[in-house]
Amino acid sequence: MTAASQHEEYDVIVVGGGNAALCAAISARREGARVLVLEAADAFWRGGNTRHTRNMRCAHDAATASLSGPYGEEEFFDDLLRVTKGKTDEPLARFMIRESKSMLGWIEEQGVRWQPSLGGTLSLGRTNSFFLGGGRAMLNALYQTAEDLGVEIRYEAEVTDIEIDDGRFRSVTVAGERLPARALVAAAGGFESNIDWLKRYWGEAAENFLIRGTRNNKGTILRLLLDKGVQEVGDPTQCHAVAIDARAPKYDGGIITRLDCVVFGIVVNRRAERFYDEGEDIWPKRYAIWGRLVAAQPDQIAYIIFDASSLELFMPSLYPPISAPSIRELAERLELDPDALVHTVTSFNAAVQPGTFDDRILDDCRTEGLAPPKTHWARRIEKAPFYAYPVRPGITFTYLGVRVNQEARMTMADGRGAPNMFAAGEIMAGNVLGEGYAAGIGMTIGAVFGRIAGREAARSVLS
Amino acid sequence: MTDFAFLRDMVGAGPAGTAGSTPHHATAALAEADRLMTVCNSCRYCEGLCAVFPAMEMRRSFSDGDLNYLANLCHNCGACYHDCQFSPPHEYAVHVPATLAQVRTESYAQYAWPRAFAGLFARNGLVIAVALALAVTIFIAGFVAWTDPFVLFGVHVGPGAFYRLMPHNTMVAIFGLAMLYAVFAIGMGVRAFWRDIGEPEATLRDPGSLWQALKDAGSLRHLDGGGAGCMNENERPSDRRRLHHHLTFYGFMLCFAATSTATLYHYLLGMQAPYPWYDLPVLLGTAGGIGMVIGPIGLLREKWRRDPGLRQGTPVGMDVAFLLMLLLTSLTGLALLVLRATPVMGLLLALHLGVVFALFVTMPYGKFVHGIYRFLALVRAAKERHRELAPGDR
Repeated sequence: MTAASQHEEYDVIVVGGGNAALCAAISARREGARVLVLEAADAFWRGGNTRHTRNMRCAHDAATASLSGPYGEEEFFDDLLRVTKGKTDEPLARFMIRESKSMLGWIEEQGVRWQPSLGGTLSLGRTNSFFLGGGRAMLNALYQTAEDLGVEIRYEAEVTDIEIDDGRFRSVTVAGERLPARALVAAAGGFESNIDWLKRYWGEAAENFLIRGTRNNKGTILRLLLDKGVQEVGDPTQCHAVAIDARAPKYDGGIITRLDCVVFGIVVNRRAERFYDEGEDIWPKRYAIWGRLVAAQPDQIAYIIFDASSLELFMPSLYPPISAPSIRELAERLELDPDALVHTVTSFNAAVQPGTFDDRILDDCRTEGLAPPKTHWARRIEKAPFYAYPVRPGITFTYLGVRVNQEARMTMADGRGAPNMFAAGEIMAGNVLGEGYAAGIGMTIGAVFGRIAGREAARSVLS
Repeated sequence: MTDFAFLRDMVGAGPAGTAGSTPHHATAALAEADRLMTVCNSCRYCEGLCAVFPAMEMRRSFSDGDLNYLANLCHNCGACYHDCQFSPPHEYAVHVPATLAQVRTESYAQYAWPRAFAGLFARNGLVIAVALALAVTIFIAGFVAWTDPFVLFGVHVGPGAFYRLMPHNTMVAIFGLAMLYAVFAIGMGVRAFWRDIGEPEATLRDPGSLWQALKDAGSLRHLDGGGAGCMNENERPSDRRRLHHHLTFYGFMLCFAATSTATLYHYLLGMQAPYPWYDLPVLLGTAGGIGMVIGPIGLLREKWRRDPGLRQGTPVGMDVAFLLMLLLTSLTGLALLVLRATPVMGLLLALHLGVVFALFVTMPYGKFVHGIYRFLALVRAAKERHRELAPGDR
């Protein structure tokens, strides 16, 4: 082997192994580049948080076999503006939404199959496209396509250093081995599984966070890039966080620990007090605020309390609810102050106004003269047995990232575009998501910018 | 930080604190299946893969009957194992195909008639081998004892050639009785299964559900991982198992059709076997025989190459014994066809009849029953889907 060929065996190195990384690898390979994917996990755990996903939000002008109706660019953008409260890079977000239209077809061409929305997620059937078999099935298809195209994939290949020379990428280091390449795509996720890093912003509270996905997203690549002159984007405390069952494991509990019953009851904290309007909006639009709400409570724990009339109104979840014949006994089981919980439930019940319950619409069941109010689906909690789910903040992924442009090209701290460094997925999600979340948008960010990053990385070295 | 171990203890938790919906089950495999269905029911990512998950979603708790139904609905395509983010080594240890395979095998024993024969499923490979050896020995010994060596090793051609070695009526009596026994024993198993899963008898008379189940079974609709193909040696889907199963099943049905046609020829038209190569029984039997050679060999090869993770829970001895029985049936049948005008015909006939006899009498106590219970499970699944779509029709 000559010194020259040894010097640059690969055109593009993709760091990461999830949706964004694989879309980048496939798209770079299709442009003719020699591509190496470096996945920190082994073959079973490959794919990071993509393993736990199930759908992708893409704009589309008409219903399809798996989508129940059109979802235009404007509506998508309005949804994004609402959830982020305007904290988004508008031109980049609009660009992403426009590009998302062709993702439905492109992803399918890479071997991924769609199915109609899953049972229990009807409200997403128009906007979101579901992967047949879920995120791991999607990953399996992408990996097969990448392998068939000749992309080289290395598992258990954790990158420990990146060599950047005046904004130009030179090489990565894996287990002491220097791997040079002509371009880099960083698609290695956020820093959500790095509890020490989370503690910098959240303090000791972060010890009580559960990480819904991979334990591998320690933010090593993000840290290296930021330290070596790439411009930072996003609020480090912002993340996708939902309230999940407190009994879930520390990592990789995934979708099955989520609880869809907040709207059917009340949520109290360790002092047995309510702290937020449980009936603010239709659940899929509000589920993603509850992680932060619970994170702000004492000991980062809360309890969803409901009665027998609601038990079968929501999707079953992994752990059974804790039950008791009376509110007082329920409080004892939860180790809450029984008097306080009885008081909270009694005053809630007294404030409930008559109405017609309908969990599919913003109904007229609400409280009067209660702070905070419950504005919809408020029904008295009175039919024994009584139930509770303990919940903790479940962090899906963080938004702090590297700034990119419409070519998915990283921007350096001084504002220049990096000549051969690109990013996709969680590591740059903060460009689009200043805060908040809309179901399936993480996969859109990953796939759209992954495809672009791979293409642009290939073009940057092949042109 | 509150430790919720006390709550896990309360529900009799399994791996990672997860638990099933019902505290008591007849076997450990059923308890594990309940735990898995509880996990799967809160995920549902696999609902597009096959009939098992939609049927699961119609339930919130899982009795032994429910689980036996779901286990027999599972075609063991393996897609959900490779698609699952919680399959081993994840601490939730979700391995639906392996667990349902184990439940399924136990259910065969549970439904066996007479009950005393339930144990035949435990060491099925050995049982089938002994049955085969006995049957072949008896037929050969019988031929040797009752037939003049000159006749046994003679060359016979023309109508009635076979019956010079064994009178037609004797043959019909022996195989008719064996067949009747198998049909009756399997029928008793069907009754036990249907009662266990708790479906009304009326469903078995519902033409819509029966037709749907026939289509699903006939096309192996659920052996395709939701469209991509089933998983065997790795996560790359392929359709080879489905293809070879089709060859085996339709080969078997063609052989059955050949025998039925021959019976009609004999009694209605007075035409005695052997028939010329271009006649219907021979054409059907030859085509079927070839399918029943290629199919079982293909299925055995796929079994050999199967991902060790997916092989868990499958009763390899039982599966292999049944495939070898089918293969021996077709091979001896084809050999008989090719060599029927030579002196070895007598012994080949004894061998073939011995194999077929063993196949018949062991049918209720081996892999053969999988098709029966799966078809019934498909009938119920079709009915349930219909009920769900038209709730007023309950």
